[in-house]
Amino acid sequence: MATNIITVDDTSFDEQVIAADVPVLVDFWAEWCGPCKMIAPILEEIAQEKNEKLSIAKLNIDDAMNTARRFEVMSIPTLILFKEGKPVARIVGAKPKGQLLQDLEPHL
Amino acid sequence: MSEKVKVAIVGSGPAGLTAAIYTARADLSPVVIEGEPSSTSDQPGGQLMLTTEIENFPGFVNGIMGPELMANFRGQAERFGATFNTTKVSKVDFSTRPFKLWTNTQEGEQPAYLAESVIISTGARSLLLNIDRETELIGHGVSTCATCDGFFFRDHDIAVVGGGDSALEEASFLTKFARSVTIIHRRKELRASKIMQDRAFANPKISFIWDSTVTELHGANSLEAVTVTNQITGENSKLNVTGLFVAIGHSPNTDIFKGQIDMDDLGYIVTKNGTATNVPGVFACGDVQDHIYRQAITAAGSGCMAAIDLEKWLKDSEI
Repeated sequence: MATNIITVDDTSFDEQVIAADVPVLVDFWAEWCGPCKMIAPILEEIAQEKNEKLSIAKLNIDDAMNTARRFEVMSIPTLILFKEGKPVARIVGAKPKGQLLQDLEPHL
Repeated sequence: MSEKVKVAIVGSGPAGLTAAIYTARADLSPVVIEGEPSSTSDQPGGQLMLTTEIENFPGFVNGIMGPELMANFRGQAERFGATFNTTKVSKVDFSTRPFKLWTNTQEGEQPAYLAESVIISTGARSLLLNIDRETELIGHGVSTCATCDGFFFRDHDIAVVGGGDSALEEASFLTKFARSVTIIHRRKELRASKIMQDRAFANPKISFIWDSTVTELHGANSLEAVTVTNQITGENSKLNVTGLFVAIGHSPNTDIFKGQIDMDDLGYIVTKNGTATNVPGVFACGDVQDHIYRQAITAAGSGCMAAIDLEKWLKDSEI
């Protein structure tokens, strides 16, 4: 796994995502979600390619329901990009790599 | 540069991956163009990727999770030398041999693949209601994937549209989370199998609205209610639900093959003598040519047939 992939939960979210210096892409996922598993390897590739420009935070909604609720996540996978503590892009549903990059690129 | 292959398999559900296992074991080095990630049923692994427990796939006494079963199919095909390309076929030309296939990731004049033979196993996708604001509310109350989103509706009142096995399966699954599940069905009786019907009728959280369709979606940022229209009386009523799960049937994924291959009125590919299409060297298997059985096991069976039909065809035409 790329070094810029971290795991966050309700307690560590603010420190590791909101207060982060680099943009953080949060992956709201769960063990029981097929499409979430499908995009996991794509996110690893993106983490590697964007090494210094972006970090990726995996948030298992079973362990961090409050954070999911706080950002009104109602469907997974949902990806939210946080920049300087604010959500700047939101991608709902599994998408091919090209499209994910296209949605993220303007914010990096 | 186009890549030359003996066998190109388009689609990667049970049909395509079984065809991959068989053609790979026959040393035909198939390339599987498996599709692209998506939260609809049109994705690598196919419709089972959106399911949970599969109880009726033979060989698994205690059932198996849909995504896990498909990962096993894929791993088995890979083990025998099938290769995978995670993209979609965007265009085909079956008018001359070798057959030409273009993909999303390799746009341009040159096709990505020149294939001696093709197996079409692109399956079918779930239909949407096609009403106002439906797409905009996906992820905000409207869902095409109960297993992905059911969790978020803990103690909510929600509805499922449809009357087939998938609708009832989703409804039963959703009762694990929701306070109530209303099934809205456009007819008076269900198409679903007896066992699914019995389960649904016995479930105290499930109720039914018959002869009705959903005609309007309400709510500013997320779903708050739907308008239900009775198809017989024409009467409208409002149902307060925060979730709407759509399971109203399927449509074959054959748009890219239009004009290239014979289809029936519904767009399903016509097969004869097993899995042959009207173009020699092009075979079709799984839900893309079957709107009757539509089971993982029948799709897998027909994928095996396609591989055997193809192998014989290659031999007979000495390619």
